[in-house]
Amino acid sequence: MRSSVSVTGLVKRYDKVTAVGGLALEVFEGECFGLLGPNGAGKTTTIEIIVGLLAPTSGEVRVLGERWGENDPLLRSRIGVALQETRFADRLTVREVVTLFRSFYPKGRDPGEVILEVGLEEKAEAWTVRLSGGQRRRLALACALVGDPELLVLDEPTTGLDPQARLRMGETIRSYRDRGRTVLVSTHYMDEAQRLCDRVAVIDRGKRIAMGTPSSLIESLGGDLVVEFVLSGGEVSEEDLREVDGVRGVRRENGAFHVTAGEGHVTVPALLDRLRDRGATPGRMMIRHATLEDVYVNLTGRHLRDE
Amino acid sequence: MNRALLQLVVARVREILRQPEAVFWTFLFPVLMSVALGVAFRGERPDPASVVVVEGPGASLLEAALRADNGVKVRRAGREAAEAGLRTGKAAILVVPGDPLTYRFDPTRPESHLARLRVDAALQRAAGRVDPVPVREEPVTEPGSRYIDFLVPGLLGMNLMGGGLWGIGWTIVEMRIRKLLKLQLATPMRRGDFLLSHALVRVLFVPLEVVPLLLLSRLLFDVRVAGSYGALALVSLLGAVSFAGLGTLIASRARSTGAISGLINLCSLPMFVLSGVFFSTSRFPEALQPWIRVLPLTALNDALRGLMVDGAVLSALGAPLLILAAWGAASFLVALRVFRWT
Repeated sequence: MRSSVSVTGLVKRYDKVTAVGGLALEVFEGECFGLLGPNGAGKTTTIEIIVGLLAPTSGEVRVLGERWGENDPLLRSRIGVALQETRFADRLTVREVVTLFRSFYPKGRDPGEVILEVGLEEKAEAWTVRLSGGQRRRLALACALVGDPELLVLDEPTTGLDPQARLRMGETIRSYRDRGRTVLVSTHYMDEAQRLCDRVAVIDRGKRIAMGTPSSLIESLGGDLVVEFVLSGGEVSEEDLREVDGVRGVRRENGAFHVTAGEGHVTVPALLDRLRDRGATPGRMMIRHATLEDVYVNLTGRHLRDE
Repeated sequence: MNRALLQLVVARVREILRQPEAVFWTFLFPVLMSVALGVAFRGERPDPASVVVVEGPGASLLEAALRADNGVKVRRAGREAAEAGLRTGKAAILVVPGDPLTYRFDPTRPESHLARLRVDAALQRAAGRVDPVPVREEPVTEPGSRYIDFLVPGLLGMNLMGGGLWGIGWTIVEMRIRKLLKLQLATPMRRGDFLLSHALVRVLFVPLEVVPLLLLSRLLFDVRVAGSYGALALVSLLGAVSFAGLGTLIASRARSTGAISGLINLCSLPMFVLSGVFFSTSRFPEALQPWIRVLPLTALNDALRGLMVDGAVLSALGAPLLILAAWGAASFLVALRVFRWT
């Protein structure tokens, strides 16, 4: 597989703060790659370095086989970028903004077609200042798509959107990938990364703490089920639960137990037996699939939205 | 013109025209201000000097002698009231009867100084002095020689400067603050196109700044253009481009609207004073003159005055036009080098 983005030993230091501390990642052609991590993890810095808006302190960045600083206009014409900032000139219409961005690219798509694709056709003649946050993000996506890029880089394209808008954004991104193009997207929504991305890198405090397909990362927990419960009576130690057959991990959080398990039909009855043995009564109990959130919590001991 | 440059210009023009308040402040307001200044300084006959004859023996004779001169306004008053008038500027000079006559006036006030000369001449002539050299007075108020004729080209230059500094400086910094610039930088947009588009937009709007002012000053004050309109258009465009360069330069690093408005004032206020907008640059000491002459607004005002007042041809304006072009080119080049894109 050819590499679309290749980053090694990436470091970005501001005066005292290290935003990115030795990051490595590789995005292959034709995949949707997710940068996953909480706010402040260094995702935006990483993305701005990859798209050539920011110079790294050190490290090697190759995009579509090229380095920044050699023939930037040519490289930029092959990349579509939507940044977190999605403010446009207030008094231009959606169509005018997309047409303006189209004019920057030597070749590209028809603005009307792209507006249709991101679902902004009803707002095509509206000034950008009258758009909602979600519509503005879709306009940013349209501007990134209008140059018909080989690589699409999106920084938090769905932050602050309602679930329906997020779903719609996801569809557009996926359909772009389905045409054989490459997507690099950052997000702090675990479910979204899981749904959208072929592979993800989990970033925490400027470092990559895990990388792989969402399912392989979840498998690394040792099981893809999580049993969550609180105790309405009695007490039990985490150690007691760890010994139970089929239990891969135990975490206690705000009084609630999160038990990772491989096979539900074996583990759940055994778990209930153990609780009864210890004289503890479970309150609400639920069984769910493990998510990337569990991977993150497992790796860092913190939740994505803690900070 | 390439397509990106054209689109950048079109987008910017749309934005400007869609902001009625911006159109007012950028184009209409300077014209209105200029008209107000023109009304204030339209250069009609100066008010006659106000002379007060202090009560005393012989006061009425003095008063009668002065009345014969219609260049002074005479009134009689008691000592105390007269002194108060002098202090508050209501009287330019006091004439105190006696032998010798006493003139009381403040020689640093120009009108008092003039009044002293007039009063003395009138009184001496009334007492029988005969001027050995006969003179004839020829008052000149022909269009072209009045203060308003001096003022209008200066206001034109001032507006072109303001348009360049505020129109470009402010706009670019605002785009930087709102991260609009960053969004476009991630595209293959050429940076030179971006900067050039702002200068071109300035050029497009020059007629809006020049024509209404010329038209109004012609209608209201009969200010005429002695030289050719074509040359005037060329000089205005060159001025606009030159200040577009300066506007781009001062916007190249600023990261807040406070910083840019400070920089704009830092550039423009000294030139308002030094570059001969409201009064001639010759009022400043000789040692300052070379410095004043190389200021872009001085060059623009000189060229505009040369055209409008003296009817100069373009070839006679080589020096100021060269200075303007040099400012424009140098600022653009430096701006391109030091511009803070991200």
